[in-house]
Parts: sequence; structure tokens; C-alpha cells
Amino acid sequence: MKAYFGRRYLVSASHRLHTDALSAEENRATYGKCNNPHGHGHNYVVEVLVGGAVNPETGMVVNMAALDEVVHARVVERFDHANLNLDPLFANRTPTTENLCRAVFGLLKDALPGGELERVRVEETENNFFECCGE
Amino acid sequence: MIYLTRRATFSASHYYWNPAWSEEKNRQVFGRCANRNGHGHNYTLEVTVAGEPDPVTGFVVDLKWLREVIEREVLDAWDHRHLNLEAPEFATAIPTTENLAIAAWERLEPAVTAAGGARLNRVRIYETPEIFAEYRGEA
Repeated sequence: MKAYFGRRYLVSASHRLHTDALSAEENRATYGKCNNPHGHGHNYVVEVLVGGAVNPETGMVVNMAALDEVVHARVVERFDHANLNLDPLFANRTPTTENLCRAVFGLLKDALPGGELERVRVEETENNFFECCGE
Repeated sequence: MIYLTRRATFSASHYYWNPAWSEEKNRQVFGRCANRNGHGHNYTLEVTVAGEPDPVTGFVVDLKWLREVIEREVLDAWDHRHLNLEAPEFATAIPTTENLAIAAWERLEPAVTAAGGARLNRVRIYETPEIFAEYRGEA
């Protein structure tokens, strides 16, 4: 019987939206305040949704403590209280929340302690969020 | 197709325990959730139905009706109860959030289907604001 288990994690990080592919003026026009040279930050909420059969012995899709260990090791410790622009994943990619969402999906996809990664949702503020279900 | 969701909250206690396992294994797998005196949560239940808006009323379903179905089928059985001891579906199954999502679906689906029109699309249960499970029926 397939069900889904979801868990939300808090990540506070800074970023600056900027691409070398555009001129300074075009960057400002495209990214607005998010192009501020010194960056700014968000309290991101990373929501991880794991799908799979409910294990009849445990009643679980995935053991939450084991999931927490993986997400903390691979995502929270990497990005929390960090500058996203300096992470190698964003060396050649603007750290928009779309790209962060896709990066988190990639970091977790093959590392889960059970079930399949169904979806990653990243909330940048209370009013905007992004979702990635893989390619 | 329009998807309409109604939220409801309930409070209940539970513990996680597999009687086929030793006490040590239960504690290892379930951690503090294996405390046999139980503990509790304020759960939030989200019930999503899918359908076309009625051409006369503009409703997918009447929200008052949906609230009554949720109260009758789920809250009356689970709210302010000990799930392991008082909810029949957890006499044997462990009341994990995953199993609660499935059990809530099984309680709601016949009533929603019998009403005609909208179909039950998804049930999601938050155990805390950071932990939830959902069930979408047999795929």
C-alpha cells in the first residue's frame, strides 16, 4: 500500500541572484533587489516527500530518524548558515530557489534510507515556493 | 477539474509498538515513540476532493457537508482518544502517521463516493507542523 511521508527542515542561508551571462544593468533589470551585490538571506523551508509501501512491521514508509540523518548530513549541514553562491553546486548556476530545489533533489535522490524521493519543495518565504519531482 | 481541501484538527494520544518484537528492538526502531504510556499530538487533517463545480451552486462539494463527514467519520472516532486503545483499526496496526493517513482515507472514501459527484483525491495528516503523511488511494 503506497503512502507518502513528508518532513520539513529549516535552512537559513544567503544568496545573490546574478549571472555572468548578463551585463550589470541586465542583472539589475532581471533580478531587481535580489541582485544587491552584498546578497541577502532567507529562512528556507525544505520539504521532503518520500513515497513507498508502508512496511507492515513498522507502519512506516521511511524511518524518520534515519531520514533526518541523511537530510541533515547532505542538505542542512551543507546549506544552513552558508552563502549559497559560494557552494560548488552554484559555481556556474544562479542560486535561485528553483535551482536550489533541483540541487536538493539531486543530493537526496539516491541517498534515502527507504522509499523513493517523490518531491522536494523549497519555500523561500511564506509567499513563494518551488517544487521539483526530478527530471 | 477543481481540487478542494478542507482542514480539521484533532488531538489524540498513541504509542508505537510491534508486539512481535522485543522491548529492545521496539526502543531501537521507534525511540521515544515506544513509551508504553503513550504521548500525544495536535493533528491537522487535510481532506482533498476533486470534481467539477456544480453549474447551479458553483460548488465542487458543499463545505458544510464535507465538515460533517470529517467530523462523523474521523473526528468522532479519533479526537481526544488513545488511538492504540480506542480506534479499532489500530488494535493491530501501529498508529504511525502513514497508517493514520490510510485509515482516514478508508473512513472517508465510502461517504464521499456515496454522495456522487466529487471523488476523494488525497488525505494528508500533519502530526506536527514539520511531519506529515499522505495517501492517495490505491494507485
